[in-house]
Amino acid sequence: MASLIELRQVFFQECEEQLEDLTDGLTALEGSEDFSNLDPEIINRMFRAVHSVKGGAASFSLDAITQFAHAYESILDELRSGKLTLNQKIINTFFTSADYLTDLVSLGAENVEPIAAELESKIKDLSALSGSMKFGAGVSEEDDCIAAFTPLALSGEMQFPPVEDVNGSVFEIYFKPTLDLYANGHEPVQIFRELSTLGVLEVQCKFDRDFKWDQAEPAIEWHLVLSTNQSESEILEIFEFSEPYAKIEISSKVADITVSAPIESVSKHPASTPTMEKPNAAPDPAGEVHSAEPSAIRSAISAAPKATVRVDLDLVDELINLVGELVITQSVMTQSITEQDGIGGRQLSTTLEDFKSLTRTIQEGVMAIRAQSVKPLFQRMARIVRETAQIAGKEVRFATEGEDTEVDRTVIERLVDPLTHILRNAVDHGLEDAALRSQAGKDRIGTVTLSAAHRSGRVVIEVIDDGGGVQREKVLSSAIEKGLVPQTAQLSDSDIDRLLFLPGFSTAASVTNLSGRGVGMDVVNSEIRRLGGRVAIISHPGSGTTISISLPLTLAVLDGMVVDVADETMVVPISAIVETIRPDTSQIHQIGPAARMIAVREKMVPIIELGAVFGCAPIKNHTNDGILVIVEDDKGEHFALAVDKIRDQRQVVIKSLESNYGHVPFVAAATILGDGQIALIVDLDEITHQVSVDQSRSIQSIEAIA
Amino acid sequence: MSLSILAVDDSRTMRDLLRLTLEEAGFLVTTAEDGADGVDKVIENKPDVIITDINMPVMDGFGLIEAVRNGVCGTSVPILVLSTESSPELKDRARNIGATGWIVKPFNDTTLISAIRRVARV
Repeated sequence: MASLIELRQVFFQECEEQLEDLTDGLTALEGSEDFSNLDPEIINRMFRAVHSVKGGAASFSLDAITQFAHAYESILDELRSGKLTLNQKIINTFFTSADYLTDLVSLGAENVEPIAAELESKIKDLSALSGSMKFGAGVSEEDDCIAAFTPLALSGEMQFPPVEDVNGSVFEIYFKPTLDLYANGHEPVQIFRELSTLGVLEVQCKFDRDFKWDQAEPAIEWHLVLSTNQSESEILEIFEFSEPYAKIEISSKVADITVSAPIESVSKHPASTPTMEKPNAAPDPAGEVHSAEPSAIRSAISAAPKATVRVDLDLVDELINLVGELVITQSVMTQSITEQDGIGGRQLSTTLEDFKSLTRTIQEGVMAIRAQSVKPLFQRMARIVRETAQIAGKEVRFATEGEDTEVDRTVIERLVDPLTHILRNAVDHGLEDAALRSQAGKDRIGTVTLSAAHRSGRVVIEVIDDGGGVQREKVLSSAIEKGLVPQTAQLSDSDIDRLLFLPGFSTAASVTNLSGRGVGMDVVNSEIRRLGGRVAIISHPGSGTTISISLPLTLAVLDGMVVDVADETMVVPISAIVETIRPDTSQIHQIGPAARMIAVREKMVPIIELGAVFGCAPIKNHTNDGILVIVEDDKGEHFALAVDKIRDQRQVVIKSLESNYGHVPFVAAATILGDGQIALIVDLDEITHQVSVDQSRSIQSIEAIA
Repeated sequence: MSLSILAVDDSRTMRDLLRLTLEEAGFLVTTAEDGADGVDKVIENKPDVIITDINMPVMDGFGLIEAVRNGVCGTSVPILVLSTESSPELKDRARNIGATGWIVKPFNDTTLISAIRRVARV
């Protein structure tokens, strides 16, 4: 049996889901083309979400949440009933209110009371939207609601009040039930028992002697005399739900102080009614109705939500770890089986293949458990954008794409801070003021788009703004001023853009309290690197900036090609490999003193000597005895890695070096191979980036010479 | 024989809370998470009393009351509405389609239990 404390936890968990529903609905509303013709189911869902939060909160005496949810719900109800027509202003208030409700819930979870003034002003914001005058009393109405613990129709305890209190009125009540009374779950005896709590009740039952067994209505009628100091309305309240199903007549006569009804004759116990009340009027449901109804109901039911279980994340992590070990063990097995190579070796390797494919399936399954859609993350970011826009005084349209993209949960959690920084920057620095935008002939309202997509085994998350782009002159002079680059530096446009990621850099002419404190982008860069990802920035002056984050799908394993380079063993991520070729000398072209290119399918691809990059082999001037692995970087550029030998293609378990060694240039991580040997996993993006920088320099210098 | 109660509410918190309260009071409790689920449970378990929320997805409380009253099973079983709402219009509607009573959320344990005992036929 769950305890109340556990229930509270369930409530807060549920709140998260409800709030997500609410934001979903808001986003859908905002996207509606015609505000006067909304999908009612969207509003219904939002209403239910807020309503459930309110109901639960009230049960745990979380008054602030209850009050605010009530105000919110009332407005949603007006919208639902068509009393209120949606406009952008209302949507904005809905969004900020949803944010505030989220805050209230998190405060509630920590047992913190919100600031009363803020709560009040947020409720006012909502009630200001109301189309009806009545709503002004929203809060107090809610107070009533909370105070009214007693059920309206069925109140009171099962006990009789002291008789001497009875000195008010005497009511004569005539009560003749129809069959429907019983059919709707009422029971005269129970009703009378409740009446008896109001005073002294005398009950008489009359049976119609002319009763025919085939007549439709029961032949019983009741005459009641109630001496009570309560008013007629109290009596009516008891009949509130049975009233449509019985003939009820109430007449009152003011009683003398000496109660007219002799107390001895009062039947205190109405249950002692004649047995003829028994022709058990509760009708048996007619047989033919039985079969028809359920299917009709069924057909009206839309698809039920998917069943889910909640699993402790630690358990999943443990599982992922174990699968990692399984993969290692498998490669050890593969190794020794291949070495054995004797009788039965063939049989063994067939079994091994099956085993491998099973391992892979298990691994994918486990990864899928931990994968989560980026939607909640994006919703959180929507809030960041709204708040930033408000503080910065800019109008911003926020769009998302690929919300359903699934990413490892741990990755999602660690994306919150970097994305927050990037989005704040995009709104605060990226977008121009409305006036400037109008001047430039752009829409006054700026757009910031957050998108996610799977691209060649990685997740690419992009923040795109349609602002002014990076102001390169300003960035460069600021960087020189701060001594981050030498005064004489010759930097390409993209180099300048990347300066934004340097530690201790800030471009904003005025430092706002949102961004521009010079911490931000470099933190973004290092955090994304720590996730095995890469940040790229593409800026078009006048038309906007795209910041693109490319991340591995998982942090645990990697499909890799094992290669030998100058007696070292290294792993190249398969996801980046386009093809491998054994080049002909004629295909290779020397460009400048150190750069060589190879023509692959009529495209010039720079050659990178992997051995030279790591400083374990001199640059060779002949590659015809080696092998070229053509890889693609996150911008879609191709590069050819020169290696000595390709050994194998396998899954490797990623063992991070950073926690022990910090960032090692050009190395993403390490792994343990089947034979126990340690191999480095190369960081392709870093290598290719370095090469393109070198190359553009050497090309520049060639141009300078020419 | 203890009374069997069907509690229908789309909020898990509410369902759990009702279960906790009612089981402590010695009732047998079944829960359903919307009206349609509720109808299934009525057919399956033939509860002595149904407690239902109004605002629910798939099929709301009104739908449940109508379905039960229109002869799916145990047509005359007492049905109590448990809702944060208390507007006369809603109560009227519930009454006209056959609700037996109305309790305002949040509920107090004693009143809930006595309300159930009040309508129960056993």
